[in-house]
Amino acid sequence: MAQAVAEAIQKNYLNEKQGLLSWLLTTDHKRIAILYTFSITGFFFLGGFFALMMRLELLSPTNWLVSSETYNKLFTMHGTIMVWFFLIPSIPNTLGNFLIPMMVGAKDLAFPKLNLASWYVFMLGGGVTVYALVRGGVDTGWTFYTPFSTSYSTTYVVAAAVGIFIAGFSTIMTSLNFIATIHRMRAPGLTWFRLPIFIWSMYANSVILVLNTPVLAITLVMVGVERIAKVGIFDPALGGDPVLFQHLFWFYSHPAVYTMVLPGMAVISEIVPAFSRKPMFGYKAVAFSSVAIAALSFLVWGHHMFVAGESVYVAMAFSFFSFCVAVPSAIKVFNWTATMYQGSVSWDTPMLYAIGFIGLFTIGGMTGLMLAVLGLDVHLHDTYFVIAHFHYIMVGGTVMAFLGGVHYWWPKISGKMYPEGLARISAAIVFIGFNLTFFPQYVLGYLGMPRRYAAYPEEFQMLHVLSTAGATILGVGYVLPLCYLIWAWYYGRGATPNPWRATGLEWKTPSPPPAHNFEVTPVVTAPRPYDYEAMKEELQLV
Amino acid sequence: MSKSATLACREQFRTPAQQRETASVGMWIFLANEVMMFGALFTAYTVYRASHPQAFDIGSADMNIMLGSINTALLLTSSLMLSFAEHSAQAGNRRLIALFLILTMIIGAVFLGLKFTEYYQHFQEHKAPGVWFNDSSPYANSIQMFFVFYFIMTGLHAVHMIIGIGILAGLLFRTIIGTMTAEYHTPILFGGLYWHFVDIVWIFLYAIFYLPGLHL
Repeated sequence: MAQAVAEAIQKNYLNEKQGLLSWLLTTDHKRIAILYTFSITGFFFLGGFFALMMRLELLSPTNWLVSSETYNKLFTMHGTIMVWFFLIPSIPNTLGNFLIPMMVGAKDLAFPKLNLASWYVFMLGGGVTVYALVRGGVDTGWTFYTPFSTSYSTTYVVAAAVGIFIAGFSTIMTSLNFIATIHRMRAPGLTWFRLPIFIWSMYANSVILVLNTPVLAITLVMVGVERIAKVGIFDPALGGDPVLFQHLFWFYSHPAVYTMVLPGMAVISEIVPAFSRKPMFGYKAVAFSSVAIAALSFLVWGHHMFVAGESVYVAMAFSFFSFCVAVPSAIKVFNWTATMYQGSVSWDTPMLYAIGFIGLFTIGGMTGLMLAVLGLDVHLHDTYFVIAHFHYIMVGGTVMAFLGGVHYWWPKISGKMYPEGLARISAAIVFIGFNLTFFPQYVLGYLGMPRRYAAYPEEFQMLHVLSTAGATILGVGYVLPLCYLIWAWYYGRGATPNPWRATGLEWKTPSPPPAHNFEVTPVVTAPRPYDYEAMKEELQLV
Repeated sequence: MSKSATLACREQFRTPAQQRETASVGMWIFLANEVMMFGALFTAYTVYRASHPQAFDIGSADMNIMLGSINTALLLTSSLMLSFAEHSAQAGNRRLIALFLILTMIIGAVFLGLKFTEYYQHFQEHKAPGVWFNDSSPYANSIQMFFVFYFIMTGLHAVHMIIGIGILAGLLFRTIIGTMTAEYHTPILFGGLYWHFVDIVWIFLYAIFYLPGLHL
């Protein structure tokens, strides 16, 4: 009898079914999350390879490694792969896919088959984009600005656009699934204000993606039609307006920037209370700040066109709204900090990444405000300052949060602990490498180094060499977790159901969880989430 | 448990009501996504109509207002037929569901037939954009742009119609094999929602492409 019980407990989503087909045809959100993890890890290192090539080229002021044409392709493919095939799907499709049903106490996402379909669509889109890449690449920049992309570029623009178009459907499918799940699949008693902030942020994130992705899709269709049929849509020679393309593109892409960082904020909002042993400070403000970011994100796209001939009154409005976005972002940063204040902070790896995120996101956000200033943007537009700014948000923010989240939920996902000492060292390496890579780029940009050039005046060489040195360190910081996490998957120490003594429904089920997440549907009675004070009393009683 | 009951409450749901409500949320979110997709095209159309008003008027005058109007009437009728199908589904009358679904599909197919007749006429009149386009007026480029938007937008609409007919065919099949009952017929309701949405998009397309040139 006891043996039968033990066997029943050991059955989990990883070992219940075996074989490749059981993975390729699975509708289990946890397994699909792992499929996505494989895919985006591959794309991350592919995009990283292009970045490394660029940094090597920039060691010298001359074209010592690649030609300018190749360099154009390198930064285009780096941006395209990183934005659409790593950053946007990174946290939502891996951690979000794994955790959303568990956090809301459901057996699965609302539409499990749609979830699997989204992975196949994603891989198809990725495949077409990689095809464009191996056939010779694209040189338009990830922004596909017209009329260069429609009339002059001789590279594989249409193939890359088709790849991104297809991948967009996968984003829409996943987001739709998340919204329906969060609305209707919550466990009894789990009201909106009992949900973890992770869910609030992923919800806001999904709403943005459902509303902006179709705009990108149809804009790429227009680019494709113009390029193939040689008709005028954005071409000024045929009566078109190239700035209209920029409006449509940034109507998608600026909210898309928030869809890269909102999931990062989602992860940080779980880690900070767990390692401070305190409830989230100002829970409702943090929850609503995600919604506010989603709403405001649709009102700021024009700040990419301050120097593109936009009316000055429109530019003032966009500048104002860009400042407004800083308010909900600051609410989050202040409330995370206030959560840590007087908490019992422990310095485990996820917390190291979280603290790194808060600092780097703050620097990235503050420099974003500088770029939203109309006068200053004229000086800084299209310089390395912009590059440094968005890498502080996307790499210093999202990638740090992704790594923090992977470490935090690794025991739940794999059922194994990762080696803590090595993980802390890697977190430190990532932090140092990141700052050494991108801080010099702020200085470069301020001194006037424009983006997207393979050759540059000699006076910039020192800063470029520093940046390349940092990139090498950063690369080591990314390869290390890949190695030790794979090691831990096989040889790590077994994890308990709740190794961090954290709140949240995902910790109330075994590690790794059974196929349907919970033995019985959980019923939530605690009046608020992150109830670490109640937990402290419980532990003292024990 | 019968097949219909299993479909009405799949394993991830607790109750049939929960499944129905979830499907409803999913469908409406999908339609919001579709609104944004067409919305980008409507925006681009509006921007260019404002900057090329004469050319868009001339282009619009080349539309076959008769076929366009018949098509509008046809699509509205098809939506009515589909509403009857939804009504029959609530009563669980499978024969009537099948009848009205078939009627909707036939009307949809006639719409597409007329639409492609129009496209054929545009090709013959050298109005189709690209290598086929031929116009000697000073507004030639802008008139071509009008037709670019006409073909992209009505083309995207036609693609939606074809997918819609496919969805209705699937629903018809499921009605015939007996999985649509008075208790479980959500797919008909939400498949119908999609059809009605495509119908509404056409009303706007009719207004922006066929009506502006009427005074010429």
